[in-house]
Amino acid sequence: MGRKHWLIFFIIFVAGIAACNKNDIAPSISFQKPTNFPEPVYRFASNTITKERFELGKKLFYDPILSANSTISCGSCHIQTSAFTHHGHIVSHGIFDRMGTRNSPPIMNLAWSTSFMWDGGIVDLDLQAIAPITNHVEMDETMENVLNKLRYSSQYPALFRKAYGSEEITTSNFLKALSQFMLLCVSNNSRYDSITRGDAGKSFTAEEQEGYNIFKQKCNACHTEPLFTDYSFHNNGLSISSVNDEGHYLITQNEADKYTFKVPSLRNLAYTAPYMHDGRLLTLDGVLNHYTDQVQQTPNLDPAFQQNTKPGLALTADEKIKLVTFLNTLNDKSFLLDKRFAE
Amino acid sequence: MKKLLIITIAAILFTACKKDKTPAYNTSIKGELSIEFDNIAGSSDLQLNTASYTNAAGENFKVTKLKYYVSNFVLTNTNGTTYTVPQDSCYFLIDESDESTHDPILRVPEGEYKTLTFTVGVDSLRNTKEISERVGVLDPAGTAADMYWGWNSGYIFLKLEGTSPAITGMGGAFMYHVGGFGGYSSATPNNLKVITLDLTARGTAKVKQTKSANIHLMVDVLKIINGSVNISFATTDMIHSIAPGVPLANNYASMFTHDHTEN
Ligand code: HEC
Ligand code: HEC
Repeated sequence: MGRKHWLIFFIIFVAGIAACNKNDIAPSISFQKPTNFPEPVYRFASNTITKERFELGKKLFYDPILSANSTISCGSCHIQTSAFTHHGHIVSHGIFDRMGTRNSPPIMNLAWSTSFMWDGGIVDLDLQAIAPITNHVEMDETMENVLNKLRYSSQYPALFRKAYGSEEITTSNFLKALSQFMLLCVSNNSRYDSITRGDAGKSFTAEEQEGYNIFKQKCNACHTEPLFTDYSFHNNGLSISSVNDEGHYLITQNEADKYTFKVPSLRNLAYTAPYMHDGRLLTLDGVLNHYTDQVQQTPNLDPAFQQNTKPGLALTADEKIKLVTFLNTLNDKSFLLDKRFAE
Repeated sequence: MKKLLIITIAAILFTACKKDKTPAYNTSIKGELSIEFDNIAGSSDLQLNTASYTNAAGENFKVTKLKYYVSNFVLTNTNGTTYTVPQDSCYFLIDESDESTHDPILRVPEGEYKTLTFTVGVDSLRNTKEISERVGVLDPAGTAADMYWGWNSGYIFLKLEGTSPAITGMGGAFMYHVGGFGGYSSATPNNLKVITLDLTARGTAKVKQTKSANIHLMVDVLKIINGSVNISFATTDMIHSIAPGVPLANNYASMFTHDHTEN
């Protein structure tokens, strides 16, 4: 290598470090729609993202002040290293260890979600936080108390002033700040994303590609690309447990919605076990075995699972392996490590 | 007899006279019209916690809480025109335990009004508004905290709670929470009730800027549980979701009657 080459190498090296550093010091705090994603549904126009509001939302997300006995924060059940789920907990524990009946879903790509909760009971992200705060099995607090605690705290009035230009802590500013944090939790850096974006030198292995083809045939109707859910409600044939969770029916009280649940995304499955609304399936193999062998003929079982003599999907052992290989391309480790979202 | 006749004639003349002096209304200025929601139980004034009442099923009960939203007031003038109270000032929460909530004040153009229309509950449009437009009695962290379903985004329209010896569990308590505006994206039962009351028989409301009027309504809580479906405390002690609230909403649609108007 000649001197000139060394110089060029050196410049590139320094530039590279500078670029890296830039990302570390001032990572961008704005909502950027990934190029391979559709338009988001959240109304950003009425909740302009700013760094100060995002930071306030993040502080609130991780602050146990939101719970009755100040022991539990949103982040206790939505843990970044588990893609913002409650890893290892079949159903989430709240304060006083009272058990909820549902598994905590990831805080991920919520700007595209048309409803929230497994049953779709919440339709606006800005109204979401009210549910866990006031639910006696979760945070067991009242919204009024939470806002008053923030008003009398030593730090929050100043943080609200920084974010909104006024120390007044309103319901709306509080909820919208929390939304800002959650909205920016965008996960779009899986292997699948870089391949579909057409990043140089990236392509599926033969096995992944075969898995992808099977996926498109058997799963994509509900777990639709690129978000891997279409946010619709279906009954995928889980047996009815003793809790008798009637899912979307609890909200609509329409018989046709009984035992249907919102289709979950399949991104980051490596970090979000256990699976299903009540966390009953512990592994991906377990999920696929459910789809081939354990689908129950319960009311409103989706027609997709009634195409064969026996309810469920037809998949050979080999196809299952390939499917899992493909599903593994949907894991986005960088999302778990992103410092912008860390406590 | 003669005396009576004279009095009658005098009275007729007097009222006739009064009628002649019908004030000229200036519709471009507004006056105050209050609507009094006087909660009663059958023929007695409603007393929280202490008085005991009996439902159609013969069960005794006490009321510990009565709260309901009234909204979207529309007034029909005797000349046929209508006035719709604007969105920013047409939502009220009537709370039996808080006297100050019993007679919401509307600002309406001067005029004589013959019909009062309002909604029991929070209409679907407001129920789907973004959070910054949910202030005052609609603030889910404030006045509405007790009237909002967090797990099924939406306001509770009416809460009737109390105790009855007919209930064996739960310390004999019953809680009836009625809500449901028809759903966001999927249809749900709609428990919004629009009430229309003709004021002509018991007194139209004559609103002037200089003189406020008051429409006095009687609100009979017994009608919430007695009606086309009679609710029994022994069989139903908890109502916390939309569909089970349907019979109550149908019943309470007829609990409002116009008693009189003070002009
Ligand atoms: C005790 C554990 C727990 C706590 C604390 C908690 N959550 Fe959750 N969260 C859950 C569970 C469980 C669900 C699913 C509940 C359901 O479907 O009924 C959920 C659902 C959600 C969802 C819906 C996600 C989706 O895709 O449908 C969001 C958003 C959310 N939580 C945000 C928050 C916020 C913000 C806080 C703090 C104010 C919070 N959570 C506190 C356990 C918790
Ligand atoms: C007819 C729609 C439909 C089809 C087709 C379908 N699913 Fe699902 N899937 C669902 C629903 C609904 C749930 C949530 C069920 C529940 O929790 O009650 C779910 C849950 C899952 C979960 C659990 C995710 C989590 O975070 O808990 C996985 C994994 C999964 N499906 C994978 C697949 C795969 C792989 C295929 C194709 C072989 C497939 N699904 C086909 C509707 C469908």
